[in-house]
Amino acid sequence: MRINTFFYTLKQGFRNIFRNKLFSLASIATIAACLFLFGIFYAVVANFQHIVKNAEEGVSVWVFFDEGIEDVRIQQIGDMIAKRPEVAKMDFISAEEAWESFRDEYLGEYGDGFTENPLENSANYQVYLNDVSMQSALVTYLESIEGVRMVNRSELVATTLTGVNALIAYVSVGIIAILLAVSIFLISNTVAIGISVRKEEINIMKYIGATDFFVRSPFVVEGIMIGLIGAAMPLGFIYAIYNVVLTYVTDRFPQLSSLLSFVAVEEVFNVLVPVSLGLGVGIGFLGSIVTVRRHLRV
Amino acid sequence: MAVKKKRKGPVVENEIITLTNVSKAYSTGAPALKDVNLHISRGEFVFIVGDSGSGKSTLIKLLLRELTVSSGYINVMGYDLSRIKHRKIPKFRRNLGIVFQDFRLLKDRNVYENVAFAQRIIQKSNKEIKKNVPSILAIVGLAGKYKAKPRQLSGGEQQRVALARALVNQPTILLADEPTGNLDPKNSWEIMKLLEQINENGTTVIVVTHNREIVNAMQKRVITLRRGVIISDEEKGGYIDED
Repeated sequence: MRINTFFYTLKQGFRNIFRNKLFSLASIATIAACLFLFGIFYAVVANFQHIVKNAEEGVSVWVFFDEGIEDVRIQQIGDMIAKRPEVAKMDFISAEEAWESFRDEYLGEYGDGFTENPLENSANYQVYLNDVSMQSALVTYLESIEGVRMVNRSELVATTLTGVNALIAYVSVGIIAILLAVSIFLISNTVAIGISVRKEEINIMKYIGATDFFVRSPFVVEGIMIGLIGAAMPLGFIYAIYNVVLTYVTDRFPQLSSLLSFVAVEEVFNVLVPVSLGLGVGIGFLGSIVTVRRHLRV
Repeated sequence: MAVKKKRKGPVVENEIITLTNVSKAYSTGAPALKDVNLHISRGEFVFIVGDSGSGKSTLIKLLLRELTVSSGYINVMGYDLSRIKHRKIPKFRRNLGIVFQDFRLLKDRNVYENVAFAQRIIQKSNKEIKKNVPSILAIVGLAGKYKAKPRQLSGGEQQRVALARALVNQPTILLADEPTGNLDPKNSWEIMKLLEQINENGTTVIVVTHNREIVNAMQKRVITLRRGVIISDEEKGGYIDED
């Protein structure tokens, strides 16, 4: 393609947007609204997943050993557990540490009366998982290891967190799919109207010997520009809103700060900017290419 | 009415348009052209005349490859239009110039841009466009009006712009579909003189018209169609009225 043809195509794409102002504005506004919702949704999901992830990190499995087990075997079991891919980290808690922790937490000064360690067989590994949904598989494995007497776990927490994660994923995919479909439909409509407005011009182009690409490309440029503008507009709003909400929640509910930790705005936007712009371009491209293929057989 | 004189014989070397037993029927089944045989040589000036429904427009659309034949063979400038691939049609059409009765100018662009539009479509460089457009506007007598919008021009001037747009890409064949249909006699004659001048410079010109006076006065080859059949093809012919 010649350089002046490239610029001509770009110029025609922009002209299409202005020729068809009302519909272009309606498309831009709808895509902006859709991607605004997407952005807000993404920010909420990112934070929720961050919180869930933090909660998951606190979920652990306790591995207790047979009575009278040798230290060498405990070490061997530790090595076996550490090799498992689902294990994020593990701590060894000796019988003495377990007793001290229990005594300090529940008995206080009454614990001084004990001369021997009542939790003699409570040495254990505390195992943290990468993904809480893998807990069941890990427990089955741990229970099969020779020398392991008992494995304690929190089934409820693991199931709840796994369920919440799956729900977030399904809802995200559903909402995003609906928003994308609406946006593509709108762009497609705008481009179809643009084609009907320019029918005369397209006919002339056809008679003069314009290629399919030459006739179609301004409409694809139009679609991509509408998608790009529609995607860029809400990013600024989301940035401002995110900061305001974060400051408000932190100031208003300081007691939540120990429970909830939020994702930094930069971290959210590192993902949101390229994804939103990519979606805008993709929606624009798809909406226009489908329409020109259907309506513009040159 | 009996056929006056039918052009037959072998295909000549500089033949530019050949139709052999061409028929075209629309989806309703109504035949628009029936078993048409036609030969036009390079550099000819040909009138195609006939009443409404005679098949003139269908013939033009077949020559532009806007329609395909139902049966028969059609060759224009070496392109077999019965079999041409879709992607080759633009290249084929770049050898044709077309002028319509209703001018079909882009109303939002000025004279210069309307003519340059044709050059942009075939991806000429800006340098070539700046050279070619003023030159062709001078030929059609509109050099001084290059900034005017179509609505600021008379019908004759608009048709000259359309002619300039058709000619700027230096077509081998110029197809003019009722080019004087919307013009007064003075402007009609001026357009016809321009077409004659273009033909004298080597372009094959095919004019579809209803204008009896012009056809009779110009003494060019006249092909008369009636109900999809060529009823007359005369070297220096005249307009044949329907009985």
